[in-house]
Amino acid sequence: MSSNITYKSLTQLADLLENKETTSEEICSEYFDRIEKVEPQINAFIKLDTEDITKKAEESDSRRKAGRQLSRYDGIPISIKDIYNVKGQSCNCASKILAPYTAIYDATVIKKIKEKGFIPFGRNNMDEFAMGSSCENSSYQTTSNPWDLRRVPGGSSGGSAAAVSAGEVPASLGTDTGGSVRQPAAFCGIVGLKPSYGKVSRYGIVAFASSLDQAGPLSRNVLDSAVLLDTISGLDKMDTTTVRDKRDDSHESIVRKSNENLDGFKIGVCHKYLEMDGLSESIKENYMYSIEQMRELGAEIIDISFPYTKYAIAAYYIIATAEASANLARFDGIRYGSRIKDYKDLNELYLKTRGRKLGDEVKRRILLGTFVLSSGYYDAYYLRAQKVRTLISDSFRETFQKCDVFLSPTTPTPAFKIGEVSSPVEMYMADVFTNFVNLAGICGINIPSGLTKDDNLPVGLQILGPHLGEDKILKAAKVFEDNREIKEFIPDL
Amino acid sequence: MKYDVVIGLEVHVQIKTESKMFCSCPNRYGEEPNTLTCPVCMGYPGAMPVPNRKAIEKAVIAGLMCGCSISEYSKFDRKSYFYPDMAKNYQISQYDLPFCLEGNIKVEGKGFSGKKIQIKNIGITRIHLEEDAAKSNHYAACSGVDYNKAGIPLLEIVSEPDIASADEAYAYLTNLKEIMQYGNISSCDMEKGQMRCDVNISLKPKGRKEFGTKIELKNMNSFRAVHRAVEYEIDRQAEALDEGVTLRQETRGWNDERGETYLMRSKESAHDYRYFPEPDLMPVVFTKNDIDNFKADIPELPKAKRERFISQFNVTEYDAKVLTAEKAVADYFEKGAEHTKSPKLLANWMITDLLKEISDSGLNINEIRVTPENLAEMIEMINKKTISGKIGKTVLSEMFKTGNKPSVIVKEKGLIQDTDESSIEKYVDKAIEDNPSQAEQYRSGKKNVLQYFVGQVMKQSRGKANPQIAIKLLKEKLG
Amino acid sequence: MNKQKKTIDVDYIAGLAKLEIDESKKSRFQEEMQNIVDYVDLLSELNVENIIPTAHAAQMKNVWREDVSENDFSREVMLKNAPELFDEGTIKVPQVLPGEGTA
Ligand SMILES: [Zn+2]
Repeated sequence: MSSNITYKSLTQLADLLENKETTSEEICSEYFDRIEKVEPQINAFIKLDTEDITKKAEESDSRRKAGRQLSRYDGIPISIKDIYNVKGQSCNCASKILAPYTAIYDATVIKKIKEKGFIPFGRNNMDEFAMGSSCENSSYQTTSNPWDLRRVPGGSSGGSAAAVSAGEVPASLGTDTGGSVRQPAAFCGIVGLKPSYGKVSRYGIVAFASSLDQAGPLSRNVLDSAVLLDTISGLDKMDTTTVRDKRDDSHESIVRKSNENLDGFKIGVCHKYLEMDGLSESIKENYMYSIEQMRELGAEIIDISFPYTKYAIAAYYIIATAEASANLARFDGIRYGSRIKDYKDLNELYLKTRGRKLGDEVKRRILLGTFVLSSGYYDAYYLRAQKVRTLISDSFRETFQKCDVFLSPTTPTPAFKIGEVSSPVEMYMADVFTNFVNLAGICGINIPSGLTKDDNLPVGLQILGPHLGEDKILKAAKVFEDNREIKEFIPDL
Repeated sequence: MKYDVVIGLEVHVQIKTESKMFCSCPNRYGEEPNTLTCPVCMGYPGAMPVPNRKAIEKAVIAGLMCGCSISEYSKFDRKSYFYPDMAKNYQISQYDLPFCLEGNIKVEGKGFSGKKIQIKNIGITRIHLEEDAAKSNHYAACSGVDYNKAGIPLLEIVSEPDIASADEAYAYLTNLKEIMQYGNISSCDMEKGQMRCDVNISLKPKGRKEFGTKIELKNMNSFRAVHRAVEYEIDRQAEALDEGVTLRQETRGWNDERGETYLMRSKESAHDYRYFPEPDLMPVVFTKNDIDNFKADIPELPKAKRERFISQFNVTEYDAKVLTAEKAVADYFEKGAEHTKSPKLLANWMITDLLKEISDSGLNINEIRVTPENLAEMIEMINKKTISGKIGKTVLSEMFKTGNKPSVIVKEKGLIQDTDESSIEKYVDKAIEDNPSQAEQYRSGKKNVLQYFVGQVMKQSRGKANPQIAIKLLKEKLG
Repeated sequence: MNKQKKTIDVDYIAGLAKLEIDESKKSRFQEEMQNIVDYVDLLSELNVENIIPTAHAAQMKNVWREDVSENDFSREVMLKNAPELFDEGTIKVPQVLPGEGTA
């Protein structure tokens, strides 16, 4: 039976449920078995309350029996990055400073998936407060890449990506501030979608950088990401930065209707990327291969030069850390979370609680963000970065006048080894193709596009579209997915 | 004195709304600690602010009433500062683009000393909107934080350094409070912390252009305290300057009991607030048309109201002044005046009796049980001679206690005026019989003894006899 | 292009951010942050004169709610995560001085 469930997609599971070939309880228990088997090597979950999940599965089954299922997905489990508030569950952001902390409300996204009957299925490991590109910054555990246990799964949504890739769960919800969904999806050979800024409510998702954060699905295939996007997106009165996206058709049906080819589709590419320092050979080859695939599928390929790639990382780290320095100020041991015992006054309570309970990378970024906002430096750093952000947004606006979608590698290298990258700046380079997407607020998706010859590691293609251009990137990704050389990306576990 | 005093005030005013600035928690005072809280105002992980439109509108109206120009483009910013009263350790405030800029308030009236001050325009630098902080209860070794107040919409009104004395500071505050109450912006109850004031004060040798060293004063809980603190500080600084001591920029607190200021922090520990645009909130943009619409909503100012009361209700200038000193009182009067033909009589009763009852009880006019309609009903009863003015006083204090309608009280207590000549005649006869010597005096020409007899009749009738009838009968009987 | 080097005062910044930094790690932090700042200094190569800064990825304005109050969270729920409490229902903190607060 296990093989029946483990690597099924959301829509396949929904079909099985609909045809009464399985039950929610059976699905969940299959995943429990799978987790028992592979989790000791993967470490993708910080917490999994099997009792509570089983109860929810039974409730779903009785709903379905009575013909009162909340949607055709009722009873399907979705794992959740440890950054979402799910009422009654711990929400630690993989940090010691939020231990203990029990969420007292549901994030809007969680409310929405519950409304369709999806079952929140455990807490996925991540880089502490989503700060990192490897999951090594978790203060709980190091997650391994299912394709090579010595390697990182990427980050910050590394636990989510590893769990989906290892068949521990059909899909997961992550967050993407500078590539945190797309980069681990690329490292683990799955689909990861970063929606346009404002498309999905951020209410209830612990904020890292408010003007960059977006929730996004990690799934086995493009269709599943579309299903989850339909579920979680929409205007929210609790998040004033959400946008109205008036549409006639769901993303799911757009994907289902996507034709066999890309005739009439204009796809922008950047051949200059091939000359970039630090881009590994396998990535270059795969990028060229993917461009050729697209051309063969009928797309018109347009070469576009994008002059701001290297500046984007700099602007990104200034803006993201500045916002983070304020967003993370609330973790102080006063109202919730951890409070150290040996303080003699208020200042010491703050210094020691934050000093001891926050990890080094988080501290580093808070310090950097505090510095760029501090008296005398605001104009030189923060204000300048915001102006560069304008240049980047404008250049994308121009780009999408010339093409429907834009292609780039998702990452400059395949998954690196645990402990291999030690300098912060070097680590930041892992996001060279993903950061600017968040700065411009546009949408992007990672689609697995190949495996490296030497190490059999997944490589990803990033497809970018304009703000609210999700239909276009989903369509391009779906056609590519249907026609790529490797049909399924399943690691040998 | 050989120094010029330069004072600027920073006034914080809580805006009166149903809900808080960035969440839907009720904006209320005096509830059990932390019962008016939610993830937003307690700074929970993942919570996000949603601005209250009414608070923004009131901020704009306040600005217009203070003669400010309204920014077409405004935004919110984060002001970072670690303190337990700030749930997020940053305050959502406005930095470089506040809603209101460059206004002024015409200050007139009296200072605290009672001296009339010269009419003067005090410039308003800016008015911005922010969220209030939580309240801390102070105990021996620890403090307890109550977030009920956290997130209440708060206006910060910054004046130009145009104020030159403690009396002017007092008058400025009085005028500002009047505007805020009239605009229905705030109740400005200082005891409830709805209005707070910080003072920036410096002295410089007379006529010199450059400002002296600026000292900030905090912790004054009444206008009187502001007046005292400023007076104290002027003396302290003048003395220091006389002795050639160089003052240092610092923040000082006011100890009301000891009547002196004390050092709170020096400039070296000045804050680095790291302002940056609040990424969770979109900018606020007003068109010229929007701003014109706001202008149409500005309520009548006290001065205009006084003039209208005099012409519309035939009250004296003094009456008008007392009745408009507080907007709630003026509203009460106008409401009552709709229900009586004698607004002047209503004014008299409000000024001499009702306001006295109110001040004795320690309540404010919105909390009392006497409705303006009921008070007007009583005025009509006096007008129609159903009760006497004297009985009126009894009725009013009964209304104050019970909240009952005057007609009910009069009926229950049997206070209706006696206009039956035959029953009054009995009291008159008794009064003359009991006081033969006074009757003799009257007859011998001391006509003012009549008042004594009227008093006797009233006493016997327990105030119910119609005094006009009593006088008529007394005159007849005493010949 | 003025490439003047800015030195970071880690003690001052850590004080502002309320982060205790181990003495043993201080120089490493200093060096790493310096590297990052040197890297981001590359933005000074770009001419950004007359460019309007972007604060939000989606351009909107006047997003607000009506002034309606609700009280969905009980005190019990709001305080159950608090590390230290007083019986009166306030959150216990080390002593703060009257008037020292923010607003
Ligand atoms: Zn609240």
